Amino acid sequence: MDFKSSDTITGPRTEDHLPSTAQAAAKIVIVGGFGVGKTTMVGSVSEIRPLTTEETMTQAGVGVDDNYGSDTKTATTVAMDFGRISITEQLVLYLFGTPGQERFWFLWNGLFEGALGAVVLIDTRRLEVSFDVIGRLEERGVPFVIAVNSFPDAPRYPIEDLRSALDLAPEIPIVECDARRRASSRDTLMALMRFLYSLEMTKTSPV
Amino acid sequence: MTPPQRRRRHPTELPQPAGKQAEGKIPERLYVLTGAAEDGDRAELDLVTLIVARTDAPQSATPEQAALLRLCIAPLSVAELSAYLNLPYSVVTVLLTELLAAELVQARAPIVRQALPDRSLLEAVMHGLQKL
Repeated sequence: MDFKSSDTITGPRTEDHLPSTAQAAAKIVIVGGFGVGKTTMVGSVSEIRPLTTEETMTQAGVGVDDNYGSDTKTATTVAMDFGRISITEQLVLYLFGTPGQERFWFLWNGLFEGALGAVVLIDTRRLEVSFDVIGRLEERGVPFVIAVNSFPDAPRYPIEDLRSALDLAPEIPIVECDARRRASSRDTLMALMRFLYSLEMTKTSPV
Repeated sequence: MTPPQRRRRHPTELPQPAGKQAEGKIPERLYVLTGAAEDGDRAELDLVTLIVARTDAPQSATPEQAALLRLCIAPLSVAELSAYLNLPYSVVTVLLTELLAAELVQARAPIVRQALPDRSLLEAVMHGLQKL
């Protein structure tokens, strides 16, 4: 081929091509602390092998993040894994496993603003790491559901104790899931969609 | 066992209007392949804007542009282009701004929450998920 650099680029496998009829895409964000299973959930329901989009930011934006890259001398790379589900021949749904730290969110324009909603994945061993992200979603008015990723050795709280500890409004769904399992992750997404649907149904006046 | 306790927050005015980033705010993105486009000139592209090539790459295309055009023979989201090209999202949006201006690619706008027309979209997604 003409260009050296493009020879090394591997595009999607033929079976991963979207049909040319694909007209529009929507996105859902899966947000949670490091190691809580975001990428696992994306991978378990995605029809494509999960991909990674990266963004690099300059020193000014570097905080004390311990999870993304180790070279913080001049720049930090923030990575976000994502997957895809074809809903119809026209409609595609993308799932983004998003870093929990708000200071990274601006890197991808409209990541939350444009999303249909969010799944907050929590680990009951480290419940407090999800506090800030839940608050950020509340402040931004992003609809979300809570998914408790069932780690075998994690403490199990009654749902109402969790609701109380997380100080969640009564209508916000809390579901248990196993992010490794496709059916379980799908059910979690369904819980979000049903919640969004109920919000649409009860929407009475413009905000 | 008692879990730790959070306090609820409420919707607040965002420091910048939704969909319009306050450019120049720190921290800044790092650019490496930006060509001529200045920061403020980029097209409005979402992570899930679908990009489709209109034509083959012209002789004048840069290697990155040519690679991008080859990738989006079938529709691909900006996020997928970033992943396959191994380029930061912001760099891909700059490349796409140039290609859109040259009418070499077509952009298909995403469905965003504010623009939800009705329940039919949610129903379609639920139906699609059921089939998984």
